[in-house]
Amino acid sequence: MDFPLTDPFFWETVIQGLLFGGVLALLSLGLNIVFGVIDVVWICYAELIMLGMYTIYYLYSDFGVPLPLAMVAGVLMVALLGAALHHFIIRPILHTEPINQLLVTGGVLFFLQGFATLAFSVEFRNLGVSFGSIEAGDMYIPTTRLLAFVVSLVAVVVLWLFLKKTYLGTAIRAISQDRDIMPLMGVSPGKIYLVTSALGGGLAGLGACLLVLLYDIHPAIGLTFGPITFMVCVMGGLGNMIGGFIAAFIFAEFIALGGFYAEIEWGYVMAFAFFIVMMFIRPQGILGSKS
Amino acid sequence: MLELKNVSAGYGTFQALFDVSLEVRAGEAVAVIGPNGAGKTSLLRVISKVIDLNGGEISMEGASLNEVAAHRIIELGIAHVPEHRRLFPRLTVEENLKMGGFIADARAHFDERLDYVYELFPRMKERRHQLAGTMSGGEQQMCAIGRGLMSGPKLLLLDEPSAGLAPVIVQQVFDLVRRIRQEGYTVLIVEQNIQQVLKVVDRAYLLEVGQIKMSGSSQELLENDEVRRAYIGL
Repeated sequence: MDFPLTDPFFWETVIQGLLFGGVLALLSLGLNIVFGVIDVVWICYAELIMLGMYTIYYLYSDFGVPLPLAMVAGVLMVALLGAALHHFIIRPILHTEPINQLLVTGGVLFFLQGFATLAFSVEFRNLGVSFGSIEAGDMYIPTTRLLAFVVSLVAVVVLWLFLKKTYLGTAIRAISQDRDIMPLMGVSPGKIYLVTSALGGGLAGLGACLLVLLYDIHPAIGLTFGPITFMVCVMGGLGNMIGGFIAAFIFAEFIALGGFYAEIEWGYVMAFAFFIVMMFIRPQGILGSKS
Repeated sequence: MLELKNVSAGYGTFQALFDVSLEVRAGEAVAVIGPNGAGKTSLLRVISKVIDLNGGEISMEGASLNEVAAHRIIELGIAHVPEHRRLFPRLTVEENLKMGGFIADARAHFDERLDYVYELFPRMKERRHQLAGTMSGGEQQMCAIGRGLMSGPKLLLLDEPSAGLAPVIVQQVFDLVRRIRQEGYTVLIVEQNIQQVLKVVDRAYLLEVGQIKMSGSSQELLENDEVRRAYIGL
């Protein structure tokens, strides 16, 4: 093996990891914002992404809807699902034990997976869209991955601006700090929770737009991305979006470099081993607070 | 401006207020005084509809508040500065003020009211980008009152603004209340610091175990033997 710093494949791997990190960062955003504001973990988050991918796939492949439009519809669809999940399932048990919310969204996970299997069958489906690769020196960077990375970064910046600059965004940050006095500000907490859930769903939908370009769609695809998204969030400090962002890149590089030195599976093994070790060292996450 | 008629309220099976009637006229500053646990905070909370009415009638400028949801009260010109200030600790001073001006009517006036609050409390302008939770208690109280003013209220409800502050800061807080009065706001203030608050209001009600025991001008209450003995320690 060459000295890695002069090996173009090494750098290609690092860049692939960076690009994958961008996708993971985007995936973690929605889960994090919902947890940060409502204090509920959507265990079924990746299944919402799966439904978004199917929405885009069918609109594009079966109904001939242009891809960008199908993607917008996918985002809206999952945003609506997020709002419905909150309204019909989370809200009625919001004031019960936290374990109940965890269990019920876990139930929704298997419900959605079973539903997708019945409705769409277990067949793997592919959008069949390819944008080719970009050649940079000796390296090849797949355009879809680059696109996914750029979209992720843009989404992060737009979300940050929304939370920082708008009234609604400020209220979303405020409600996680003191829910009970929100009515004194003229804000209905229930409405903010619903909007946040729709936003979390919308971000899952955006994740679906990127994943549908990169991977085959099948009813169990949520199991591929659910655990890792959850672990990225936990490692960053659940609810801490900047922490999740950093953790996404750490995870992605572990996976990519593991694949460079051994097989890609070793990358996952190492990433999860690192996660377990981190849980001993910093159980509150990289940027999480002690409480 | 604000009128309570035979108001009863509480939390679950616990009743905090019994048959309370009081009135605040436009331009007045009125205090509700009384010992800890008398129901003073509950009184403000029921006006803001944070807790439900069990009986009676509350009206603002003639319109009943009985069926109004808590988050709509501020739209009627009532701003509630809650007990313990309750700023959003991890938002900046300016973001806290922004939350005070959240309602649609207030957004159009954001810049002018922000200038107004900064003029009233230059200290807040200096600290506009500081996280509210990192300020001293007195500064937080300024920010909390400023946040209340951002909605452009007619009536300001102040809940124990002096509580938990060092004596020298308490003095500053009452100076603040005096300035708010001079600005023409109608104020309903709840306080345990009876001697101080009676110096800045026109009238006061004495609340004990959820019932109004006495009312009158500040002077009358200050000179009342029972009040002096029980609450001022003279």
